[in-house]
Amino acid sequence: MKKITRISTLKPTISAILCIFLSIGALSSLAAESTFLHVSFDPTRELYEEINKSFLKVWKEKKGSEFAIQQSHGGSGKQARAVIDGLDADVVSLALSYDIDSISAKSGLIDANWQKKLPNNSVPYYSTIVFLVRKSNPKKIKDWDDIVKPGVSIITPNPKTSGGARWNYLAAYGFAKRKYKSDEKATDFVKALFKNTSVLDTGARGSTTTFVQRGIGDVLITWENEAKLSLDEEKRSGKNTLEVVYPSESIKAETPVAVVTKTATEKGNLEKATTYLEFLYTKEGQSIIAKHFFRPTDAATAKASSKEFPNIKLFSLSDLGETWDSAQKKHFADAGVFDAIYKTQ
Amino acid sequence: MLIETRPYKKIHFGISLGLTVFYSSAVVIIPLLGLFFHSLGIGVSGILEVFSDNRIRSALFLSFSVGFISAIINLFIGFLFAWVLVRYDFPFKKLLDTLIDLPFTLPTAVAGIALTTIYSQKGIIGSYFEAWGIKIAYTPIGIVIALVFIGFPFVVRTVQPVIEELPKELEESARCLGATPFQTFYKVLLPELWPSILAGTGMAFARSIGEYGSVVFISGNIPGKTEILPLLIVTKLEQYEYEKATSIALVMLLTSFLFMFLINLLQDRASKKLS
Repeated sequence: MKKITRISTLKPTISAILCIFLSIGALSSLAAESTFLHVSFDPTRELYEEINKSFLKVWKEKKGSEFAIQQSHGGSGKQARAVIDGLDADVVSLALSYDIDSISAKSGLIDANWQKKLPNNSVPYYSTIVFLVRKSNPKKIKDWDDIVKPGVSIITPNPKTSGGARWNYLAAYGFAKRKYKSDEKATDFVKALFKNTSVLDTGARGSTTTFVQRGIGDVLITWENEAKLSLDEEKRSGKNTLEVVYPSESIKAETPVAVVTKTATEKGNLEKATTYLEFLYTKEGQSIIAKHFFRPTDAATAKASSKEFPNIKLFSLSDLGETWDSAQKKHFADAGVFDAIYKTQ
Repeated sequence: MLIETRPYKKIHFGISLGLTVFYSSAVVIIPLLGLFFHSLGIGVSGILEVFSDNRIRSALFLSFSVGFISAIINLFIGFLFAWVLVRYDFPFKKLLDTLIDLPFTLPTAVAGIALTTIYSQKGIIGSYFEAWGIKIAYTPIGIVIALVFIGFPFVVRTVQPVIEELPKELEESARCLGATPFQTFYKVLLPELWPSILAGTGMAFARSIGEYGSVVFISGNIPGKTEILPLLIVTKLEQYEYEKATSIALVMLLTSFLFMFLINLLQDRASKKLS
């Protein structure tokens, strides 16, 4: 057989090599351009878009300079892992302090005492866990006790894959523990809850979709801001099929923020990063936070927006005698309570 | 325009081999070796311990069984599709031919969400089955459907060119010698097609056991019931247990590799037998 080749064979090779160099060049220039990076979790996207706009205006008035803030959003645990693995974030805002602790412990990029550096344990805003039910509440769900009754179908994400879902779990566990004053009864309570759970999505947004769009389940256990967002979406599209139910007691879901000290220092962004996070505590920052359905920590802003946020009894993780580390080990780690629930079924 | 040239110079070979080795190392070999060494951190006993957990074992069983079932379904559906596309002419054939590649390019999460919408209890098809007491979404049946969706182009695209290449004389002479259509298909055509069918099905299977995006939406992820292996890897990662995660990945990788290897062996043997 004769060897035949197209005359143009060489040209693609050369252009391919050129392409490689060009793309490497483009990628590295992209990397150089990423001046200020904020790594956050999923439901805060819209919140920080607005925060960033306001902050940059304030910064320009004060310092006279401009810069761009890049946002990265994803599951809280995934985002923490990305930072550990080298995503050069200047600041992080995540769903649980456990994730920031992990960054600090595993990479040393964040100071171990990060939680003491900003007001209110570095928690500028918080939320709580509520129920979303179908219009006119056909299953008469008023409180946590009602959702563990037989015949109620619950939608909640998987605490093993979703940071937010761990708050859901701990809210239920905490309610039972405070009511029945026993660890064992509280474990039985969450066991009953997961027995009623028909779909465990991997993230909070997935669960909302299952409940709202697919119409599956009687009750969605969800963050207050996510519930309000769903109602807002419905209002906008002219539908009216959902209701929010506030249980008698729920958990104070504290979502902390931190400067990634080492990275920010290396990139010369330490001042920007610190001022940025401090901005969250200002009047302006707090009112934007309230607008996006997260509960503000500033007393005056909270009072002004109290219509949005009904006053229910909130307990914190420390009220349950737990830290994130102990809760993680006891409930969510391998062979923890959550694993045991599904082992016995 | 085609012209005759000298054989490739050594220097061309050098550059292309260099680039091939560079790319395959950077993109495939080094990451896989990394995976391998990462999971070696906990040792063989550690890996065995990971798999002593009931939840992981049931996910292992589920992933492989739904993968196997969907691969078998794909064997038939894929073959049928390929046959119809090659042998018959019908309106919109080109369009159908293009659509087959869609699962290759569509983000699998999109496929997962679309399938769940249709097959959930309130969906167009799901509600129909619900009336008969059959649940599709959030059960292993749903997972099989998702896997059939993402796997079937593998079979079609491997078998299709082979059917196209089948010499017409083969069939004609078989028929002339008095074989029935079924005998012609079974004794003359099938042995020719068998290696490619096997290869396509093998690839669909290997793809199925690693599939995550489309399955997590439709499976419901109930531990011990509808939880697949890739989800458990994500679960372990979420707990910062890199070694456990990579050891599950390693076991999946080795099994897939072994399976592909066996398929190749069978395929080799089948094609040798033919020649």
